[in-house]
Amino acid sequence: MKWLYDFSYLTQSIHESLSERFEAPTVVIIEMVLVGICFMILFAILGLVLVYAERKVSAFFQQRLGPMRVGKWGTAQTLADVIKLLLKEPLMNKGADKFLFNLAPYIIMIAAFMAIAALPFAKGLQALDFDIGILYVTAISSLGVIGILLAGWSSDNKYSLIGAMRSGAQIISYELSVGLSLLTIVILTGSLQLSTIVESQANGWWIFKGHIPAWIAFLIFMIASTAETNRGPFDLAEAESELTAGFHTEYSGLKFAFFFLAEFANMFIIAGIGATVFFGGWMPFHIGNWEAFNAIMDFIPPLFWFFGKVSFIIFLMMWFRWTFPRLRIDQLLTLEWKYLLPVNLMNIVLMAFLVLMGWHF
Amino acid sequence: MSNDALKEFILTIVPEAECVEGTQFLLASIPAESLRQLALELKNSPTTAFDFLFCLTGVDYAEHLEVVYHLKSTSHHHQLVVKAKTNGRENPVVDTVCDLWRTAEFHEREIFDLFGIHFTNHPDLRRLLLTDDWVGYPLRKDYDDPINMIAY
Amino acid sequence: METALPELESQEYFINMGPQHPSTHGVLRLVLSLDGETIRKVEPHLGYIHRSIEKMCEHDSYLQIVHLTDRMDYLSCHINNEAVALCVERGLELEVSDRIKVIRTIISELTRLSSHQLWWGVMGMDLGAITSFLYGFRDREMITDIFEETCGARLTMNYNIPGGLMFDIHPNFQKRTKDFITYFKKKLPEYDTLLSNNVIFKQRTQGIGILSKEDAISFGVTGPTGRASGFSCDIRKHEPYSGYSNIKVNEILHTDGDCFARYKCRIDEMWESMRIIEELIDNIPEGEYKMPTKAVIKLPKGEYYQKVETARGEFGVYIISEGQKSPYRLKFRSPGFSNLSALDHMARGCKIADLVAIMSTLDLVIPDIDR
Repeated sequence: MKWLYDFSYLTQSIHESLSERFEAPTVVIIEMVLVGICFMILFAILGLVLVYAERKVSAFFQQRLGPMRVGKWGTAQTLADVIKLLLKEPLMNKGADKFLFNLAPYIIMIAAFMAIAALPFAKGLQALDFDIGILYVTAISSLGVIGILLAGWSSDNKYSLIGAMRSGAQIISYELSVGLSLLTIVILTGSLQLSTIVESQANGWWIFKGHIPAWIAFLIFMIASTAETNRGPFDLAEAESELTAGFHTEYSGLKFAFFFLAEFANMFIIAGIGATVFFGGWMPFHIGNWEAFNAIMDFIPPLFWFFGKVSFIIFLMMWFRWTFPRLRIDQLLTLEWKYLLPVNLMNIVLMAFLVLMGWHF
Repeated sequence: MSNDALKEFILTIVPEAECVEGTQFLLASIPAESLRQLALELKNSPTTAFDFLFCLTGVDYAEHLEVVYHLKSTSHHHQLVVKAKTNGRENPVVDTVCDLWRTAEFHEREIFDLFGIHFTNHPDLRRLLLTDDWVGYPLRKDYDDPINMIAY
Repeated sequence: METALPELESQEYFINMGPQHPSTHGVLRLVLSLDGETIRKVEPHLGYIHRSIEKMCEHDSYLQIVHLTDRMDYLSCHINNEAVALCVERGLELEVSDRIKVIRTIISELTRLSSHQLWWGVMGMDLGAITSFLYGFRDREMITDIFEETCGARLTMNYNIPGGLMFDIHPNFQKRTKDFITYFKKKLPEYDTLLSNNVIFKQRTQGIGILSKEDAISFGVTGPTGRASGFSCDIRKHEPYSGYSNIKVNEILHTDGDCFARYKCRIDEMWESMRIIEELIDNIPEGEYKMPTKAVIKLPKGEYYQKVETARGEFGVYIISEGQKSPYRLKFRSPGFSNLSALDHMARGCKIADLVAIMSTLDLVIPDIDR
């Protein structure tokens, strides 16, 4: 059971057994393939689970049952949908730019795959652990906008184009807030490395240790990250009632499924970063030097902690989506540039002052 | 303003008007040529102040077409029906009133579409409900469409 | 050498909003001229469900005409039926019993409530809050159940006929209506919690699509849309018909003329409708539910006009009779048609998202416009 608490034993043993049989370059390739397969499986499961969760959560917000017919409590509904999407005819506009049209969903998926690699799921369970982890994740997670822009541009549909342009303006703006709110915590940790950030929260999560600035940062992070994943109330790129389906109006079948999956994958990634930076990632809930309490908390495996926290943040995001009306594009940009950004900058100064004076826990 | 006063008011502007007391409203039939003049007076004169055109439609009487204006004043709460008779049915022309009551813009387009009455000076007189290449004016009594219409 | 940079040219482009579009609520086609996201011009193209009901009426008997009016404004079908019934009764000089009048009024108000509930749900959905749609429908379901029990139909009711009602009310009618009112009085404040008091919702609607009182009158914009601009146009108050002549109707007037005023106006109207129903429900007089009429109704020669207040505004029926069994000419003055004509005026200079909000608060029902 030791591996459940520290995955480095497991990964180490796999690495050692591979090294015995193969040359070093081959080992690297095999390990890369293995990690890739793991993430693909993770994505597939995430897609199924999150789509089902979204349906059920929205159903409960709307006082209805949600899917109930396919499988027990409709659990197989998403699976049935996947089959439907796979069997659907891929359609394309006559005037569409074929190459870019086909490329767009892959770019979005690739961006999602690259970003998820840096997430620390549990102790020792992290594909990429750079010293610039946070920088990398924020950079990659905003790469997806290229896919959205391409999709909108190449679809030969004005609705798609408007959606893509909105999305471009939106993601470029809100990236700032995501980055700056994470930076507020980085001031506390003094490191950009995700594993170090997690380790630094062993005696309490930053959201509790960082006083009010951390709360403000988390609030801004939640708003900005919801915007960055193009989810309601910031789903202007899709804006069903205005642009029919925005940038993916013209997509069908598997390519649409990619966009759909990418939305949920991005949500998971953003929630993962939020959980890691503000809620200590896989780190159990510890309070200062309450040894007994901490020991009990340590008993719950880190993987549960991580996914629990991520689910909490995802639930928050779903809550937003099914409660708020959508913003207008100029209000969206006003919110970012006139409110969130100045507040964020002030917050960083405040946090820096706090750290300088050593007032944080 | 009472119906009698309205009647006098109309007769001073359009002497050839025929005013009849209907079941609800005063009905004033006037030739299409004097419609514009009467409409201007009815709208702008402070004693009448008919500012709300609540219904505008056409009627096909075999020998001529009519445009019927239902007017109401939101300040005086009196109502009036003005009927503009066109000359014959071949090329019926009525002056537009859509600069006085902007709701007329759509209603006149509809009448043009379904009755074929031309409204001079209308800013955008096109078919509204039917397709641009539609032949004929369906609400005229002599309109015949053997395919789509069931004859009784 | 310095060369002047060529000035960037912006170009207007056109977008077809509809005929199939989620927020046109039917097959309405709007051709938008856009400059970026800003609307320069909105040009409605109508007629996708034009069935020439007026022409059909020229061949139908008066009893048949009633059923066609259901298919126009299907959300206030009962009130449309009532307009034709009242117009024919006016022609026949037939005075219906008080029972008929009161039942007609109660069901009219229930229809108005159900129409506003649906509108509220759809309004939220148009602005991106899908949850409100389900809330609106949940409460509307209770009214449609009452209708179903009363006359067998949930949407196109055909309950009114010239001379009275199709059937008498169901024995449960009063109890269920009262139950509904008690229930909905608790639920209506929830509507405010979900949408009216939401900051984003307020931002999206306040100061958007302003229509002045003068413009409202000039465009013939009636109903809650007109009353939000301060245009006192409630037929129930000014030219009362049926049961409204015996009760006091408080006209809801707002003066802002923006989307939020139109929204508030409808919410307040729901309260007012509930008040009217409460006032009438316990005092349904005994009497005939249907007055004797001839099997084939022939109106005397003349012209008759009847205005009623539907959920969308002033609905008018104009019958010119030559003494035959069908009218010589029949015109339906539909509120949606006039309300739509003001759309271009209101939407110029707004963003696409605002257009959706404006259309939503106009509460368009496309069959009502196209007829």
